[in-house]
Amino acid sequence: MEIWDQLGEWLANLIKTILGALNLPLDWNIVVLKLIGVVTVATFGLLLVILLTWIERKVAARFQDRFGPNRAGPFGLLQAIADMIKLITKEDITPSGADKIAFNIAPILGVVSVLLIWAVIPFSSVWFGTEINVGVLYIAAVGSFGVISILMAGWSSNNKYALLGAFRSVAQLVSYEVPLFLTLLVPVLLGRTMGVNGIVKAQDTWFVILAPLPALIFFISSLAEIGRTPFDLLEAESEIVAGFHIEYSGMKYAMFMAGEFLHAFTIAVLTAILFFGGWQGPGAAEFPLLGLIYLFAKSFVFYFLVIWIRTTLPRVRIDHMLAFNWKFLTPLSLVLLMVTALLEKAFEADALRIPVLFGANLLVLIITVQILRIVSKRQQRELKTFEPRPVAVPPPAEEVSA
Amino acid sequence: MTALQVIFLATAAMILFSAWMVVTRRNLVHAALYLVLTLFGVAVLFVLLEATFLAVVQVLIYIGAIAILMIFAIMLTRRVASDDTVVANHNAGWAAMLAVLVFSSLVIIMGAWSQFTTFASPLTRPGVPSNELGQEIVAELGQSLVDPDAYVIPFEVASVLLLAALIGAIVVAWQKDK
Amino acid sequence: MIPLSWYLILAAGLFSVGLYGVLSRKNAVGILMGIELMLNAANINLVAFWRYVDSDSIAGQAFAIIVFAVAAAEVAVGLALVISVYRLRKTVAADEIDMLKW
Repeated sequence: MEIWDQLGEWLANLIKTILGALNLPLDWNIVVLKLIGVVTVATFGLLLVILLTWIERKVAARFQDRFGPNRAGPFGLLQAIADMIKLITKEDITPSGADKIAFNIAPILGVVSVLLIWAVIPFSSVWFGTEINVGVLYIAAVGSFGVISILMAGWSSNNKYALLGAFRSVAQLVSYEVPLFLTLLVPVLLGRTMGVNGIVKAQDTWFVILAPLPALIFFISSLAEIGRTPFDLLEAESEIVAGFHIEYSGMKYAMFMAGEFLHAFTIAVLTAILFFGGWQGPGAAEFPLLGLIYLFAKSFVFYFLVIWIRTTLPRVRIDHMLAFNWKFLTPLSLVLLMVTALLEKAFEADALRIPVLFGANLLVLIITVQILRIVSKRQQRELKTFEPRPVAVPPPAEEVSA
Repeated sequence: MTALQVIFLATAAMILFSAWMVVTRRNLVHAALYLVLTLFGVAVLFVLLEATFLAVVQVLIYIGAIAILMIFAIMLTRRVASDDTVVANHNAGWAAMLAVLVFSSLVIIMGAWSQFTTFASPLTRPGVPSNELGQEIVAELGQSLVDPDAYVIPFEVASVLLLAALIGAIVVAWQKDK
Repeated sequence: MIPLSWYLILAAGLFSVGLYGVLSRKNAVGILMGIELMLNAANINLVAFWRYVDSDSIAGQAFAIIVFAVAAAEVAVGLALVISVYRLRKTVAADEIDMLKW
């Protein structure tokens, strides 16, 4: 621990000396310090991507009974760097008829929309980019830049597959934002604050115990937000080639990919923070470094889950995906939000609070499963009396000749 | 000049430039993208005014919903929206004059007001430490929207309006099958 | 420190630009964008007045929230109308939609 404190002190002194030498007015010092903070958090996020791509490829390979990258460096650890060198040296193509400015800004915006989330993530009890009092809402809001970047990329590429992919992804992202936001409100209710660090501090008992179903819905709709299997319709290779980033190559393509990998990890971090206690753990309040380790341990569990789901499940059909959202996730999360709000108010500061909330979630789950069972039985009955499906019949001969 | 002033001036320049682009750009998708920039600038202004909740809501509603809806509508009507027809109608000259007139009269009328160049006093609430002030203001805003003595009626009217708009939009845009 | 006048002048400018857009744009979606600019100008004023003149109450922020709701409703219905008109008439130019004039 001491060496970390000394390092921090040394860095703080260094910055102080440099700022003193520059002799700026006080408020400009604050601006410079904030900028240093921004650069630190953003660089940390982007460096993480190198590790994430390696982990993802290794784990996915194991699921598919392969070795994965194992040539460059020990265990293939340098593979990501080799890929980066390859992508940088590739030709930077802008398709003819493309809208140059929008085409070039879109990948940057895509990465920025994810990096912005990292500004409010508390890594430990004292380490966070910034603490804003509407942190949860901020996380929800910056996601819209991602949607804009997808629309810009799809439209500016001058390619109908790109535009189709963009339309699909925006339909998906905008729909799944609804249950996502509704379940984001549950930790806000339970923690009585919209600050992210405040929510972590309020989790003496993890919110997943008080609200297991919202945690599940949050995770599922986050999966849809990052556009991975089973919700990867926005880049379904077999249908629309590659979706909105079909015309991108080289570093611009790499930026979209970096954004996607980082987003996948970010939702793992957010799940850990909002429902699984974040940096909380034995001794985390005294030793910030321990909190960081707890947070990343929890996050990597969820990241593993994301990869697991990605490599196991097939893609869903687009109408199924939208029906699943509007007919199942959205009503369920609305009910859960209301139930949580009512019970939280009724059993405020009561010893029964935890069992009552957990039991309510269980009850909602049982009722939901019953409803689903009835619905699926009815659907099966309808399927049995299904009319014979139309078959492609060649038109009569006289029509063809005419 | 202080840092805040520089940030304000840069944001203001960005807002006015991109707003001008919104109303003059021939390509409507470009206009919509400049609209996003304008809305983001307004969100920055809300942060400068210490209304963080409104700043975030501005990004969430205006950029996340309204601007995206606009871009969608433009792309759905794309054959006519992005062609090179004239941007402005025959009223453009009158419109420009009216706009200048409104601007100058607004500035003149406001300039006569005694508090025109007032400075903000620090935001305070009795008995609330400065690091919990933002939280307190958001809580106050939420309470005032459901308080019968404050704004519960506008709030309810807004919710009815939103419901009506929801139903209305579906009814108007509904395409009858075949 | 920023005086209140800066915000008011900026809002007045934004309002005028939006007004020009509403009056001069041919495209119906363009007109809606102009209205958004004007609503935003009004919101800047509301929040600026709240912060500089009336920061003890919360009225300015509450009004701004209502403006958000109105803007969202207006855009939803407006764009639905535009798309509906486009389906019927294959045009979104506001001065060509004149069937009710007869």
